[in-house]
Amino acid sequence: MNALEPIKAAPLYAKRTAVFPKKTDGPFRRFKWLVMAVCLAIYWGTPWLRWDRGPYAPNQAVLVDLAHRRFYMFAIEIWPQEFYFVAGMLIMAGIGLFLVTSAVGRAWCGYACPQTVWTDLYQHVDRLIDGDRNAQLRLQAAPWRAAKIVRRAFKWSVYLGIAFVTGGAWIFYFADAPTLQREFWTGTAAPVAYACTGILTFTTFWLGGFMREQVCIYMCPWPRIQTAMLDENSLIVTYKDWRGEPRGSLKEAKGAATPLGDCIDCKQCVAVCPTGIDIREGAQIGCITCALCIDACDKAMASVGRPRGLIDYCTLVDADLETKGLPARSALKVLLRPRMIAYFTIWGGIGLALLFMLGARERLTLSVARERNPEFVQLSGGAVRNAFTVNLRNMQDRPRTLRIAAEGLGGVSLYSDEMAPTEARGEIAVTVPADSTRHVRLYAVVPGDHARSQDFTLVARATDREGGAVRRETQFMAPETEHEHEESE
Amino acid sequence: MTNNKVGAHGPDGGHKVIDQATGTPMVGHEWDGIEELDTPLPRWWLWTFYATIVFALVYVVLYPAIPMLHSASTGTLGWTSRGALAHEISEEQARHQALHAAIAAAPIETLASNPALQRAAIEGGHAAFKVNCVQCHGSGAAGGKGYPNLNDDDWLWGGDLATIQQTLLHGIRQPGDDATRASQMPSFGRDGILTPAQVQDVVSYVRLISKQDPAGAASTRGAVIFANNCAVCHGAGGEGNRTVGAPRLTDRIWLYGGDRAALTNTVVNAHGGVMPAWGGRLDPVTIKMLAVYVHSLGGGEAAPAASAPAAPAPVAAQ
Repeated sequence: MNALEPIKAAPLYAKRTAVFPKKTDGPFRRFKWLVMAVCLAIYWGTPWLRWDRGPYAPNQAVLVDLAHRRFYMFAIEIWPQEFYFVAGMLIMAGIGLFLVTSAVGRAWCGYACPQTVWTDLYQHVDRLIDGDRNAQLRLQAAPWRAAKIVRRAFKWSVYLGIAFVTGGAWIFYFADAPTLQREFWTGTAAPVAYACTGILTFTTFWLGGFMREQVCIYMCPWPRIQTAMLDENSLIVTYKDWRGEPRGSLKEAKGAATPLGDCIDCKQCVAVCPTGIDIREGAQIGCITCALCIDACDKAMASVGRPRGLIDYCTLVDADLETKGLPARSALKVLLRPRMIAYFTIWGGIGLALLFMLGARERLTLSVARERNPEFVQLSGGAVRNAFTVNLRNMQDRPRTLRIAAEGLGGVSLYSDEMAPTEARGEIAVTVPADSTRHVRLYAVVPGDHARSQDFTLVARATDREGGAVRRETQFMAPETEHEHEESE
Repeated sequence: MTNNKVGAHGPDGGHKVIDQATGTPMVGHEWDGIEELDTPLPRWWLWTFYATIVFALVYVVLYPAIPMLHSASTGTLGWTSRGALAHEISEEQARHQALHAAIAAAPIETLASNPALQRAAIEGGHAAFKVNCVQCHGSGAAGGKGYPNLNDDDWLWGGDLATIQQTLLHGIRQPGDDATRASQMPSFGRDGILTPAQVQDVVSYVRLISKQDPAGAASTRGAVIFANNCAVCHGAGGEGNRTVGAPRLTDRIWLYGGDRAALTNTVVNAHGGVMPAWGGRLDPVTIKMLAVYVHSLGGGEAAPAASAPAAPAPVAAQ
């Protein structure tokens, strides 16, 4: 279909065509306001929420405590070895994105993606300071005189202010927010806090203030993946060309030989588009399905007394049906597809599994490593001593006292590295501080007449009201008995 | 994929170098019906590329980068990987210095009251032990024949912190060190002090008091010989004497073996192990840390009360 002959060389590099989206209003614009407000409130507000965890744990509701390797999220506390919870939530987020994409197309891109939220915010700043689309176009074309310089400097300062507040908020997720804020302003916060704020301030300023739709079109992999995710049943913003074409203004329609379509070619859909595309060219990678063109078109249709929905959310299947003059399917029928049910089942299954694991996880654990060099120590009185490294992990937010005993080891007496050998007894008490792991070197002494190599179970019993016990199988090693020894000689 | 009339108002079919769906020029090649769009790169992408070139130029000036005949160019910052390592090592040494000063200042008996210092001393002692002591005492400090096991509760010269430190400082049977641990068991057989029959009798007696053999005529004769020849150092009942490093003969621990052949060899030829005086070789802090480490292995004893004789470790009494 295309010619093979050499063509005039296309430019190697393209300058960005600046986008000055026009202000609009309508149900989708109002929904977008709401989503933006909720997203920003969550982002800025979350670190300041408090959650009482008692005297031994931080009281910040959501906290990623990298220094102590703890992740707090309301009632949930996650230790590093439980990172599979985070992995599970990330998988859920991924499949959730597939689910949402299959159901309502690029809703994430259009409403909730941080790039969209902050671009939208910055575009409001543009309209607030420079005026609406036409004023912005005029200012863009104006020469760099004092008035323009002052205006630009002021706008970019506001950009920078928003970027700073955005970048600065991120660090509060990683430390106690009120304390860090105080430290931040008095210059006593960790250098990484300032570095992080600086980097994120720059990226917000650059990506939100200047790169904008280019992030979606050139940088983000998600629009490419979307191409594989979307199918003929996914909701996309559709220009109903069977109704709109041939397009023409009201004036042109009067002089036309054949009746024209509903599209009056007012270009309002192009004017309001935050990525600067013409939706009438069909589905394209630049369309983030924010639906602002639907609002704009509906307003135009109302003003000329034609039915709304010339541009509307529509699936390709329904678009085909409507082209043939058939009614579109019901929303429920579109949603209840095998693919949707499969995604939802996987998503829900992982969620239930995570919840189950969260409820069933052990909050007290014991691990035992037997000393192997030397395996045993012959004591002068004939008794044999073994040493063990015992790790006791207390995941509760209060200290717990545990009684450690060796089951199945006759005549044994135990002592730890913090006790004198004279204090050895059958059962010893060890207190593990709140929310931490305690390493204890444990000595087990068995009198000579009982000393032989055998398996036994180390038990740690909680003495508090909650109780509970953890146990580990391990081994006691002893020299060959006298009898065996003489036989071997 | 789409049934929309894409490109319906685009460039018409007559001029076939523009792709109809996208409005982008084609590069003009075609392979099995697959053609390539000639999409221009965004300008900012080009600037990013220039920025990386500038970064590389600055890097080459600041850091070692250009290979020369013998080494690379030095770079104006003077950075080297060797220098970075040396800096890290000196930082770590500075950190150790503070720790070592604190360990040096604390009396060895009270070190345990400061858990952080105690832990540092044990770690430091462990490291020094691996370098200086494992050749004889073994990596697990379990010793071997002639080399005492440092994990157990049996000590030739004493097992409290100060005594272990003293042994480390001055060694055992080191000529030239006035404070060294010194004693010598006579070679009863080789020097003709006891006849071979008497040696066998005294071995029988030692086997009796260590509960390895039942009483008999030989051990009864041996008891008399023991009282006359051995008890002065090993004690009337064979309980040993730490002031001269004479081992206790009634327990289950034998440095050179407790069977008849090994005991005969010991009585005939006598043993006298040696240990270097580490005082002249290691700094006082390292020796202190070594003492704390050895004491922590499970057999460490409490400091003895002022004049009480060194008692056997209580665990052994079970």
